Amino acid sequence: MSGFYTLLHKELLRFWKVGLQSICAPMIATLIYLFIFSHILEERAQAYPGVTYTAFLIPGLLMMAMLQNSFANSSSSLIQSKISGSIVFILLSPLSYMEIFVAYVLASIVRGFLVGAGIYLVILIFFDMPLQSLSWVFIFALIGNGFLGVLGIIAAIWAEKFDQLASFQNFVILPLTFLSGVFYTIHSLPPFWEGLSRFNPFFYVIDGFRYGFFGISDVSPYFSFMIVGICFLAVSWVTLRMLKTGYKLRQ
Amino acid sequence: MIPAIEVKQVYKNYGPVVALVGIDLEIEQGEFFALLGPNGAGKTTLINVLAGLTLPSNGVAKIMGHDVAKNYREARRIVGVVPQELVFDPFFSVRETLSIQSGYYGLRNNDAWIDEILHHLGLRDKENANMRTLSGGMKRRVLVAQALVHKPPVIILDEPTAGVDVELRRSLWGFIKRLNRDGHTIVLTTHYLDEAEELCGRIAMLKKGEIVALDSTKNLINNVSGYLIRLRLSSETLPSDLQPLLESYAEGCFILKVNNYSKIESVLAALRIEQIRVLEMELMQPDLEDVFVKIMGNTKNMGSV
Ligand SMILES: Nc1ncnc2c1ncn2[C@@H]1O[C@H](COP(=O)(O)OP(=O)(O)OP(=O)(O)O)[C@@H](O)[C@H]1O
Ligand SMILES: [Mg+2]
Repeated sequence: MSGFYTLLHKELLRFWKVGLQSICAPMIATLIYLFIFSHILEERAQAYPGVTYTAFLIPGLLMMAMLQNSFANSSSSLIQSKISGSIVFILLSPLSYMEIFVAYVLASIVRGFLVGAGIYLVILIFFDMPLQSLSWVFIFALIGNGFLGVLGIIAAIWAEKFDQLASFQNFVILPLTFLSGVFYTIHSLPPFWEGLSRFNPFFYVIDGFRYGFFGISDVSPYFSFMIVGICFLAVSWVTLRMLKTGYKLRQ
Repeated sequence: MIPAIEVKQVYKNYGPVVALVGIDLEIEQGEFFALLGPNGAGKTTLINVLAGLTLPSNGVAKIMGHDVAKNYREARRIVGVVPQELVFDPFFSVRETLSIQSGYYGLRNNDAWIDEILHHLGLRDKENANMRTLSGGMKRRVLVAQALVHKPPVIILDEPTAGVDVELRRSLWGFIKRLNRDGHTIVLTTHYLDEAEELCGRIAMLKKGEIVALDSTKNLINNVSGYLIRLRLSSETLPSDLQPLLESYAEGCFILKVNNYSKIESVLAALRIEQIRVLEMELMQPDLEDVFVKIMGNTKNMGSV
């Protein structure tokens, strides 16, 4: 077990050593988004009755920042050690593939939570935010960060170069986050795009997370939880298979 | 006794490139063993199979009886591998690197042993330096240190002395010899054949993914080469009796090949009969390099026939 703690500790140390870049940068970026969009779009119709556009926007931006960071954490750590070759030290160790998996995912979750908590605290200074259910907020943050942490592992195992990882980020992660209802409710979309959004797991992460703040959402949080849970288990299963068979890592 | 390393019918190909062709090898516990061969022979591939870094296309590899694929955790706990590539994690210092490495094996308070390794590898004054700031040879020393943190019973070193200065080479081998005396099994690869000759009890030579020679160092040197005698004579021509022994003639010296010492007697006798005086004589002991060149050359010819 202590081999696992060492790997987890090392992964946490890694982003802690570049703390400013890994935690403060996304905080600043999100706050800039928030001030610009809320300023431009505040005049728009309210998405939910009694919820200002700015308030509506906050959970979405918060979750988006967390998802991007949990993905970035596992994927950048793995791809760097893969390309520099220092991944051999993990591959040579007696760590089981399950321990490797859990350590990387947990480190991603911690990074996501730190970024999320940082942004949330700053937001509380400027805006008045309701909080209907801390449990749902926590659950969706946990599972969303976990989901993206796992996707980060898959992307980094698959990618052979940094630019392939960047493509994964630009062609998969980014569109999915932007088309997940961060900036709008999907009910405001044309039917085709609304239908398509329902196949986007990120939509359920954000919708459920938003429910935790307002007690209102496009679909039931239980349903969202189920969908995201299934997605998380599915990608975890794929990742564990990859690690177990040594796909691309042990040629 | 369970062999330290057991390899059975291991094949490995990378697409069309065949790296290992049916390797069979057994290394006993406590041996000091060398894997030799030219670039691309498959030494690193074989080591990677043993370390679990590469899955073989076919065949089984065991470390102390533990299958490296099925019982990978046990196998990896027993083996320490120094990889050939100079790899390092730029986020950490030398000591951090070694404590993290110890942690992977579940060793929490390993400082006494880490101190000892640092001392023997001449890394004491670099222990707090970031890995990025070390010179190439220093990084290689850290790689060796990382392989030893868990005191593995089987130690595999893939060219540990490439790019390392003479002084460290001495102290490194001194340290490894001590570990071998304490019962650790040592397997190494090197392109410095004198190192292998001096250190290793047994040698396997690889060529194009196959083992082309496997014997004790002594037997390899004795059997394959015989001895060479270099003679400068008072005569320009060699007695006809001795012609069959002639290997080469260079700079006024005849080089004769004899299979054993007693043959030297008959060479001298033949010269005395012809009243040829010996002006200069040197007995040249064959070394591993001669064996290596000969074996690699031979099999090449065999292959092209
Ligand atoms: N990842 C890989 N992909 C494709 N081919 C590879 C790979 N690794 C090794 N090879 C090929 O396998 C063969 C054996 O390589 P290997 O690295 O085992 O040689 P080696 O004996 O260690 O050589 P050297 O003395 O140069 O270290 C070579 O032909 C090499 O090109
Ligand atoms: Mg090699």
